[in-house]
Amino acid sequence: MKILVPVKRVVDYNVKVRVKSDQTGVDIANVKMSMNPFDEIAVEEAVRLREKGVATEIIAVSCGTVACQETLRTAMAIGADRAILVETGVELQPLAVAKLLKALIDKEQPQMVILGKQAIDDDANQTGQMLAALAGLPQATFASKIEVADGKAAVTREVDGGLETVSVTLPAVVTTDLRLNEPRYVTLPNIMKAKKKQLDNYKPADLGVDPAPRLKTLKVTEPAGRKAGVKVADVAALVDKLKNEAKVI
Amino acid sequence: MAALVIAEHDNASLKPSTLNTITAAAQCGGDVTVLVAGSNCDAAARAAAQVAGVAKVLVADAAQLADQLAENVAAQVVAVAAGYSHILAPATASGKNIAPRVAALLDVAQISEITSVESPDTFTRPIYAGNAIATVQSADPVKVITVRGTAFDAAAASGGSASVEKIDAVADSGMSTFVGREIAKSDRPELTAAKVVVSGGRGMGSAENFHLLEPLADRLGAAMGASRAAVDAGYAPNDWQVGQTGKIVAPQLYVAIGISGAIQHLAGMKDSKVIVAINKDEEAPIFGVADYGLVADLFQAVPELVEKLG
Repeated sequence: MKILVPVKRVVDYNVKVRVKSDQTGVDIANVKMSMNPFDEIAVEEAVRLREKGVATEIIAVSCGTVACQETLRTAMAIGADRAILVETGVELQPLAVAKLLKALIDKEQPQMVILGKQAIDDDANQTGQMLAALAGLPQATFASKIEVADGKAAVTREVDGGLETVSVTLPAVVTTDLRLNEPRYVTLPNIMKAKKKQLDNYKPADLGVDPAPRLKTLKVTEPAGRKAGVKVADVAALVDKLKNEAKVI
Repeated sequence: MAALVIAEHDNASLKPSTLNTITAAAQCGGDVTVLVAGSNCDAAARAAAQVAGVAKVLVADAAQLADQLAENVAAQVVAVAAGYSHILAPATASGKNIAPRVAALLDVAQISEITSVESPDTFTRPIYAGNAIATVQSADPVKVITVRGTAFDAAAASGGSASVEKIDAVADSGMSTFVGREIAKSDRPELTAAKVVVSGGRGMGSAENFHLLEPLADRLGAAMGASRAAVDAGYAPNDWQVGQTGKIVAPQLYVAIGISGAIQHLAGMKDSKVIVAINKDEEAPIFGVADYGLVADLFQAVPELVEKLG
């Protein structure tokens, strides 16, 4: 079984981004970039499925500038067998990425697509669901457990109030939540090996997709600030403040 | 202009997030229609018809809609989508599962977790874990939107008298089936709708120690929450997680106990009206957003707080 794993290059989760003074976006010049953490979980899950003998080939995909090659090399160092870069300088929004991935599903015919539930930059949480819709496939979002058997995947999902399990027929799209696994550390030998793995390059036009954005960002601003309050000396002072100043209890 | 709200419900009643979504829908302009797709969901449909500001309720009642499978509910939405300029769902696990699928089927963008309606085509939404707010404009003929409940007041649950119209249910997709769910039973209020939230972090030290927070939550009538670190460590169940990738809360009072205040946690609670932090590390970032900070050992401070609250 072939698994397609889309990965996104994003500002590292440890970086606190700053809004640009001209309000055109956030400043990502000279900021550390990494693989979106949810996508890293997706790559790890695919590799574990191969180690269990369920999957036979893992293809990592990234859409964006040539710098995304670095993210794809990381995916291959974790264990993806080969990679595809869909190279474009256009600002990519979830619908466009979903269309590019749909074209790659048509080409590669994977049995499963595993990707992060959301990217930590735009916090959209859309691409997997959109891809499933465009490809006419079932979806299992926010997965905390995946079990594959008999042409189906039983997926436990993190939902409001607890957990829910759905069974989807393969091929299917699965999006990962935090508790699905803990990604392994990438070792130096595997980084070296990843450099030799196959990396193919497409342009959106090769896939017949117009990636033009549908949403226009008019401005990006700082959120309303919250100033630090006071430190209270002890529990009695805290109770007094809550009762008599904040009046919330 | 007309707005369609995808109701979140359990067939018997509406989830509170539906009421906030109805408020956002009304701000988009035009009449508000609510779609209740479920099974034996007459009670939920009647509840929707009583919400103030709702003009019409559409009910699709069929077994294949019982468990809100995204494939079937999205198809149901698309089947009735003609004529609506806006389609809105709550930004909950269920709404986020369905709305992007609807948008893709309609070949339009989806606008996630809006926090305000600036005009019928322009909305604000947080990005980068709430560290920036984007104002986005959609040129698509239909705006498919998920709504952050904490940013909109709940519509009044009574006072409305919408007409209820039965519609044909779409066929089962046959691609996915519901197997089961494990939903924790609790007498506490729902986390995202609670007026008070008591949350614990990694500082709690263990799952057993989390029980220490229960008397405090009982006394305050609070929902219980947790930081991602506490959930990842197995101290608290996943559905308690407050933060960028968990639940977004904005209660009247948020009590953060043993929580350092990572960016992704602050993203989920910094719009709370009053924030209290109890942490033994006086440098913890949580104190940067707390209205009242207490530098103390939580294992002494929490029982004392319960006692002093009486």
